Amino acid sequence: MLHQPCDPAAHVLLEVDLEERLHELDLRSDSDIPDVPPPTDSTPEILKRALSGLSARWKNWWIRGILSLAMISGFFLIIYLGSFMLMLLVLSIQVKCYHEIITIGYRVYHSYDLPWFRSLSWYFLLCVNYFFYGETVADYFATFVQRREQLQFLIRYHRFISFALYLAGFCMFVLSLVKKHYRLQFYMFAWTHVTLLITVTQSHLVIQNLFEGMIWFLVPISSVICNDITAYIFGFFFGRTPLIKLSPKKTWEGFIGGFFSTVIFGFIFSYFLAQHQYFVCPVEYNSETNRFVTECEPSELFQMKKYSVPPLLQAVLGWETVNMYPFQMHSFALSTFASLIGPFGGFFASGFKRAFKIKDFADTIPGHGGIMDRFDCQYLMATFVHVYITSFIRGPNPSKLLKQLLILQPEQQLSVYKTLKSHLVEKGILQPSLRG
Amino acid sequence: MNCRREEKKGVKRSQAVRNSSSKESESENKLDGETASDSESKSEFGGSSPVPTSDDTPEVLNRALSNLSSRWKNWWVRGILTLAMITFFFIIIYLGPMVLMTIVMCVQIKCFHEIITIGYNVYHSYDLPWFRTLSWYFLLCVNYFFYGETVTDYFFTLVQREEPLRILSKYHRFISFALYLTGFCMFVLSLVKKHYRLQFYMFGWTHVTLLIVVTQSHLIIHNLFEGMIWFIVPISCVICNDIMAYMFGFFFGRTPLIKLSPKKTWEGFIGGFFSTVLFGLLLSYVMSGYRCFTCPVEFNNDTNSFTVDCEPSELFQLQEYNIPVVLQSVLGWKTVRMYPFQIHSIALSTFASLIGPFGGFFASGFKRAFKIKDFANTIPGHGGIMDRFDCQYLMATFVNVYIASFIRGPNPSKLIQQFLTLRPDQQLHIFNTLKAHLVDRGVLGSLEDA
Repeated sequence: MLHQPCDPAAHVLLEVDLEERLHELDLRSDSDIPDVPPPTDSTPEILKRALSGLSARWKNWWIRGILSLAMISGFFLIIYLGSFMLMLLVLSIQVKCYHEIITIGYRVYHSYDLPWFRSLSWYFLLCVNYFFYGETVADYFATFVQRREQLQFLIRYHRFISFALYLAGFCMFVLSLVKKHYRLQFYMFAWTHVTLLITVTQSHLVIQNLFEGMIWFLVPISSVICNDITAYIFGFFFGRTPLIKLSPKKTWEGFIGGFFSTVIFGFIFSYFLAQHQYFVCPVEYNSETNRFVTECEPSELFQMKKYSVPPLLQAVLGWETVNMYPFQMHSFALSTFASLIGPFGGFFASGFKRAFKIKDFADTIPGHGGIMDRFDCQYLMATFVHVYITSFIRGPNPSKLLKQLLILQPEQQLSVYKTLKSHLVEKGILQPSLRG
Repeated sequence: MNCRREEKKGVKRSQAVRNSSSKESESENKLDGETASDSESKSEFGGSSPVPTSDDTPEVLNRALSNLSSRWKNWWVRGILTLAMITFFFIIIYLGPMVLMTIVMCVQIKCFHEIITIGYNVYHSYDLPWFRTLSWYFLLCVNYFFYGETVTDYFFTLVQREEPLRILSKYHRFISFALYLTGFCMFVLSLVKKHYRLQFYMFGWTHVTLLIVVTQSHLIIHNLFEGMIWFIVPISCVICNDIMAYMFGFFFGRTPLIKLSPKKTWEGFIGGFFSTVLFGLLLSYVMSGYRCFTCPVEFNNDTNSFTVDCEPSELFQLQEYNIPVVLQSVLGWKTVRMYPFQIHSIALSTFASLIGPFGGFFASGFKRAFKIKDFANTIPGHGGIMDRFDCQYLMATFVNVYIASFIRGPNPSKLIQQFLTLRPDQQLHIFNTLKAHLVDRGVLGSLEDA
């Protein structure tokens, strides 16, 4: 059962004898899994030369610091470039995360030589992405789609086509089952599906949040990043009591300090962002110019209001009322979630890495590990923001609703029309109309 | 290697299934002719796979059939149980939608339990802290989420009347998400140093099982609400295909179909296909005549019960069809009166015969991979509930996608409900667009003010 390794780290496996390798599949105890050798050092040459003078510890610190700054600048650059670039970025990150997790699966199950399996994993990724993008495109690009006949057909039968594509993959999987490898193949099948569930759905929720307004994309992500950084700094300077056995480096002081800093950061950051239409308006696709536009009348969430300061804080701050955007109250909820529950995503990823004896998900970013390492806390955040928006902020999408109304049967449309009319008249939105 | 096998047996808790590990090597060799590497991978199992199913046929059957040889006895047991299950199916159809929903719910819980139990057996994870509680908790969360969505759609007026229900339905997604998150955090907090991998495996196992079992059962209930015929015809087609393929295979079977299931044959497959299509046509013809099957299930607020009463849609009204020239000579008719639904039933039967079996192959592969003969021992002669329902799963999703794509549009009451949550200016805009559209179509006269 020896096979050629496809990445340098796996060369160690060739030296392990047959019996031991089979016992790695013993699922009851973790101790049989061989450690993956430490990741290769992929720091660029320039950095190495610049930092060659310092000791190893400071060198690591500097590399991490420089890369953090590089990532944050990259982030700002992409924001400047606009929504379309952001969507592309989210898509690339999703594909990379998926690739990282699947590669870990291959390594755990030594399944490089399973027939078809790599193609099937990528095929399923394609199918699920097609399904989700189709749903989004149909909603947001309604006018663009109406003009083209072929797209109309694809949109109308979108679910059926996606399901047929998925089924084709499923049947290929069943036909590819090979006698000696049933169990491995089922494991990889399940691994693929759970990974899809985690990475692909979340990335699409991120894009839905983005379309709601770039502020709904920026503030949550920045809150998580801020929480990461400030919790680290507080832990570095004041850390004493360990937080959880899973991650021995985390401390309660870091946790609480990070919480308060993130809340304040969220407040201030949303205050600045809420003033610009570019961030606040829902992203819309303009069919004439074929571009994304963010121009609108800011909703009441983003209009200054006077709030009375509760008596407790009045004494502290000395103000009686304060001018705030209502959005800042929501940012309070988002930052709280980012600080209190977001870290559980990180603990989950730590547990996962410990379970499968890996130090980092991959070696993509020097000093930081793989893309998944940076994004593990973001996942819960994306779902939370989406659920928050649909529950508390906006109603359903009006254009989607209209589209569905127009598909109904004429009798149904008539009855809906009558119900709506009576409702609007009742609410006083529509004056009882005169004849003609 | 033998020493290690002994070692592993020592750490296992005593369980009835594991005490018979001495027998298991023989029974497993009978399951499929395995090669050396398969039996090596068996060693990590450490002899945990369950024994051949214990005989729990009821006493009465045992006595009645005590004279026959073991092969015929098995045949009779299977036959009697099959008839019992089909009769049971008819009874619950007679009892109405509410009972059907309850039955679907019970089947779902039992299937979930069966698959999770297999997971426990595979991973020897009985003593993992919290895990059983967490699996059931996740099942509860996901069911709460799905039922909430269904209830909000179909029981709209009932929900609006009761204040607590209204709040629950307005913030439904948020509440479900919060419940799920609690389970997720409990899982993270319950990770124990030596068992990380096991716990992650069970977590993954639970989620995949939920994905398969729970989503499908809710799709079945959606189909049911569309009209009982959409529930009965697909399920009957799959059952018919099972039985017919078995019969054709028994009498004419020669060429094996797929290595996974050596008992399936091409003759059975093709014979089953044609019989199922015919059966589907006949069954839909009979059922389309009755309103109680073709009408969407609705909840009547005044009587607080389900009613199936409506004007049959054009799908269920007889129409004349021209027979293609090819068949005219065979059948001797020029036109035939059929329900349009019967054309759809051809599509459903075709799917049930051609793709449905892949669900069965998947389950066979799964059983071989985890060295089990049946999912459980619930039904004598047949195995567990999952064994009976493995082909149904793909069918349920297909029917749902089919209905959503080809048959019905969106649900009007759901649209009204969404409309009411919009802002006034959005509502006005939609209302005016709809009005213009209706006037255009001539459905609404421009002078008419209802």
